[in-house]
Amino acid sequence: MLTGYVGFARALRRAGVGCGPDRVRAYVAAVEHLDPGRRDDLYWAGRLTLCGEPDDLPRYDAAFDAWFGGVEPRRVERRKPLATRLASLNGGAEQDGRTGRLATAASDVEVLRHKDIAGLTAAEKAHLGELIAALEPVPPRRRALRTRKAKSGVPDASRTLRAMLAAGGEPAKPRYRRKGTRPRKVVLLIDVSGSMSPYADALLRFAHVVARAMPTEVCTLGTRLTRVSRQLGHRDAEFALTSAARAVPDYEGGTRLGETIKVFLDRWGQRGAARRAVVVVFSDGWERGDPALLGEQLARLRRLAHAVVWVNPHVGKAGYAPTQSGIIAALPHVDRLLAGHSLDTLRHLLKEINRA
Amino acid sequence: MTPDELAAELDRVGYLPDAGVTTAAFLALRMHRPLFCEGEPGTGKTSLALALAQAMSLPLIRLQCHEGIDASQALYDWDFPRQLLHLRALEAAADGALDPDAAEASLYTRRFLLARPLLRALEESPCVLLVDEVDRADDEFEAFLLEVLDTNAVTIPELGEIRALVPPIVILTSNRTREVHDALKRRCLYHWVDHPDLAREVAIIRRGLPGVSERLASQIAVAVGKLRELDLLKPPGVAESLDWARALSALGRTELDAETAAVTLGAVLKYREDATRAVASGVLG
Repeated sequence: MLTGYVGFARALRRAGVGCGPDRVRAYVAAVEHLDPGRRDDLYWAGRLTLCGEPDDLPRYDAAFDAWFGGVEPRRVERRKPLATRLASLNGGAEQDGRTGRLATAASDVEVLRHKDIAGLTAAEKAHLGELIAALEPVPPRRRALRTRKAKSGVPDASRTLRAMLAAGGEPAKPRYRRKGTRPRKVVLLIDVSGSMSPYADALLRFAHVVARAMPTEVCTLGTRLTRVSRQLGHRDAEFALTSAARAVPDYEGGTRLGETIKVFLDRWGQRGAARRAVVVVFSDGWERGDPALLGEQLARLRRLAHAVVWVNPHVGKAGYAPTQSGIIAALPHVDRLLAGHSLDTLRHLLKEINRA
Repeated sequence: MTPDELAAELDRVGYLPDAGVTTAAFLALRMHRPLFCEGEPGTGKTSLALALAQAMSLPLIRLQCHEGIDASQALYDWDFPRQLLHLRALEAAADGALDPDAAEASLYTRRFLLARPLLRALEESPCVLLVDEVDRADDEFEAFLLEVLDTNAVTIPELGEIRALVPPIVILTSNRTREVHDALKRRCLYHWVDHPDLAREVAIIRRGLPGVSERLASQIAVAVGKLRELDLLKPPGVAESLDWARALSALGRTELDAETAAVTLGAVLKYREDATRAVASGVLG
């Protein structure tokens, strides 16, 4: 019978629920306390011990029905890592003769700084990755709730008393306290639809660097919303990017900005992720859905957030005019519209985030 | 005790559990594992802890988490002003012949220790410890909570280890404003609390407010159920249905019609956009 439970846990892992050995042990222990002959008990024992977030629940339900109904659940399709997929995207560029280290050595950092990311060769992209990793973001700060010691401010009774105690009970100079600061949250919403795909890798790299430096939520926008903060929280950039790419199901698909931003606000933003945060939306503003919905959702976002910055890779290019339906609907609710097509503009964006 | 008996006990104190909550609470008691409850606001996560404490006749110790909470607010703190007074008193009594070592030792004793909720729970166990809205606390606090929950003991440098004789029953709640770290969840039973089904919601309203008629209670439950499907900014929870029922009975209404609903909508929907959408959709009759 024990092998049956462990087998079920394995099937569940294949279905995408991250239940490690300790969860499986808790599961077996839970079944022992209950009556496994009852379907309800069997169901709840697993759901309480093997699942860890609401996204797990539908997978669990399907796996439970399949396993205890006799059919093994369908294997989740493995996705090619982002690196491989990007390589295939850049296949054309790589055949233009300027491949390998030579090209990297030749491409001057100064040139790369201002060059449009979409027009880079594979070697230049690899170099750009290193340059992005070397960025040093400084988090924006906000006033904290709690006070800390300071040169001036309100008198700090307990520290003054301690100083007096140290001086043997003699009067001491009064000490003061004042409200400190804490890093402000940053939310990055990255459009990974087809029209943004030349920038997606660089932007995710950028997001990884930001996420390592300050409290950050990262979500990708496309036909649906995917939260990749957890994947990008990993220290190793390549590992983080590969797992983020695996989590995004709608890479290079269409865009439904309004709907996905609404999902973000409903699931995360309204509850706290966007409150008092600096929100950065990376998108070219091509909206397949209803632009009115996008405007409405951005207005809502603007009310929650400390600042909303829209980064559009096309803004920096000559002859750009905000004509896309999405951008027109969004502009009234955006604090700043910035360019984001090159390393230099990303560096400028970091400054704007810090100043927001 | 069987799960059914536990359900009956919870029922007795006015909490109507479904199969999931019953099994979760039962396993938490049996396996001595903390129970991590997550779900929409107003689905009865906190009241489960209150009901469990009442049903088991155990004291409830509540730790409300907030941003910036730290060990001195959650675990213990030394009562500095009292220590100072004590020292002054010793000085006065000894009249210059104070033994500094003995004086210092007398300062760091249990009587000058202020026990905060976590330490109190360990000392007073068996009890129910409610760690409310753990998602509001910072990540560092989670790591610290993890240590206490794992060992059921606390080490105070000046005093030594304080260990719970019986592990307390721990219930953690989260509204999911932030993803809680997996290391914490892994040590807990995880229960996602959903809105109750129609029959249970009617029963909950009737139980909470016996003065409300069966007919009015089911009208409220049906209306709230429809509102939850409306794609609102904040779908109403059970707490809101109860508020609504309370508002209606305060007004002496026995029927939920469109006009009554419109004037009391503020009890259920807390956003202007939601109210407009609800009225426009016509689900209120």
